[in-house]
Amino acid sequence: MKTKVFSLLLLCLMVQSLMIGQTKDMVLIEGSRYIPLYGRDSTVVEVNDFKMDIYPVTTAEYIEFVEKYPKWSKSKVISLFADESYLVNWKTDLKVKDSMSTKRPITYVSWFAAKAYCECQNKRLPTVDEWEYVAMADETTKDARVKPEYNQQILAWYEAPRTEENSIGKTKKNAWGVYDLHGLVWEWTLDFNSVLITGESRKDVDKDSNLFCGSAAVNATDLMNYAAFMRYAIRGSLKARYSMKNLGFRCVQDIKEQQ
Amino acid sequence: MKNLKIILSTFVLILSITACNSDKTKNTAADLAVFQCPMQCEGDKTYDKEGSCPVCKMDLKLLEASSKDMDTDEISEASIFNLTSKWHNEEDEEIQLTDLKGKTMVMVMIYTSCKAACPRLVADMRNIEAQIPDENIKNLEFVLISIDPETDNPERLKAFALENGMDDEQWTFLQGTESGVREFANVLSVKYKEISPIDFSHSNIISVFNSGGELIHQQEGLGVDNKETIEAILQLTQ
Repeated sequence: MKTKVFSLLLLCLMVQSLMIGQTKDMVLIEGSRYIPLYGRDSTVVEVNDFKMDIYPVTTAEYIEFVEKYPKWSKSKVISLFADESYLVNWKTDLKVKDSMSTKRPITYVSWFAAKAYCECQNKRLPTVDEWEYVAMADETTKDARVKPEYNQQILAWYEAPRTEENSIGKTKKNAWGVYDLHGLVWEWTLDFNSVLITGESRKDVDKDSNLFCGSAAVNATDLMNYAAFMRYAIRGSLKARYSMKNLGFRCVQDIKEQQ
Repeated sequence: MKNLKIILSTFVLILSITACNSDKTKNTAADLAVFQCPMQCEGDKTYDKEGSCPVCKMDLKLLEASSKDMDTDEISEASIFNLTSKWHNEEDEEIQLTDLKGKTMVMVMIYTSCKAACPRLVADMRNIEAQIPDENIKNLEFVLISIDPETDNPERLKAFALENGMDDEQWTFLQGTESGVREFANVLSVKYKEISPIDFSHSNIISVFNSGGELIHQQEGLGVDNKETIEAILQLTQ
C-alpha cells in the first residue's frame, strides 16, 4: 500500500514536472535585493528566485481559459469579481470581435479574473516588487534605471496611444528575456492594493498619503523616476473589480513549487 | 401480532419519509419565487407572492439569485459569500464567510500589534456597538479581520478580544491566509502594505453588509461622524 502511494506520488511529480517543462514561455528570474520606488522601512526589498511569463497573457489564451472555466465568461462573471466593462470588447462569451487579433494582450479583465487565471495554471500574479524588479531592466542591463534613455523610452510609450491593439512580443526583449513589460499594456500585480495613494484614501491612510505632493514624495527613493511614479499612481487608483482597456496581466511561478 | 407490529411500523416509517420528501419539494418550490421590497423596508423579510411593500408601497421585486441560480442558495452576485476562502475565528474554529450569513455584519480590517490607527479603529467599532440598542445587537455581527495573519493567530485574537472587552457573542475575529486576506481587502477596497515585520500601513474603512453579504455602507477615516453608519445598521437590523 505504502509503495503504491509512493509510486503514485512519484508519478504525479513526474507529470507535474513534465507539465512545468511545457511552460516554455517562462524564464527564470534570479532574485536579489534592490531599492524600489516605494519600499519598506528599510527601503531595500528582497525578491526570491521565480519564473515569469515571457509575454503578457494573450486574448487567444484567455479564450481557452473561459472555455474551460465558463464562470469567467462575460455573461456569467459575478459583479463581486468584475465591473460592467469586463471583456466589453468581446462579441460573445467565447468570441472576440472579428477585427480584433487574438495575439493582442488580453485587457478588460479584473484583478479577480487575472488572479483566477494564473491560479488555474498553477501560477500566480507577480507582486509589485517582483514586477518592478524585472521591469527595471533594459535590453542589456538588469538595472537600467540609471540610464537616462531607459526612462525616456518608457515615457515615450506612456505618450503613445492605443498600444494595447498591438500584438505581444513586438517590443524589445529585456536582459532577462522578458517582453512587453513596457510599451504594450499596464499589468495587474498581486498586491496592487499595497499602494496607498488613491484620491479616496488620501485622508485616511497615514503613509504616502499624497503621491504628487512634494511633502509625501520624500518616501519615494528616486524622485526622477517619473515612469515608476506613474505606475504606482495607476496601481493606487485601481480597484480589484475594475476592467480597463489598457490593463492586462502576466503570471509568475515560485521556484520551490516544482520540487 | 408481532408481524403486524413490524408491518405497521414500517408503514409509518415509509409514510414519514415520504412526508419529509413532500415537505422538501414544497420548500424548494417556494424558494423558486422569493419577492422582496426593493428598498428593503422590512430588512430581509421576503414574500412568496407578488405584491407591494406594506411600508413604502413599492412593487415587490423578484429576488435575482434565487430565481437564477439555485445552487448558490439565494446568494446574490455581489455577495461576499461567493468567496470561498477559509478563515479561523478567535475560538480556533475553521469557518467560511458564508457561515456568517443571516446577520447584518459590520467589518473592519486591523492587526493586533498596531499602535497607531487600529486602537482608534477598534474604539470606533465599540463606539458604534454602544449606540445600537440590544434588540438590534442580536441580529448583528461585528467582524474584525486581521491583515497580519502570520502574527494574529486565534490565541492572539482571543487575547486581544478579552483585553478589549470584545469577547461577547456579537464579536468575531478572523485570521485568514495571506491570499484570502488580500482578496477580501480588495472586496472592501481596503489597501494595506507591510512596512516592517511588525508594522502595516492600511486604510481605515468600516464596512456594513446586509445579511445576504452585500455591501451597503462604508465609512472611511478615523474618529469620523458615524451617524450614517449607525443609521445603515439600524435600518438593516430592524
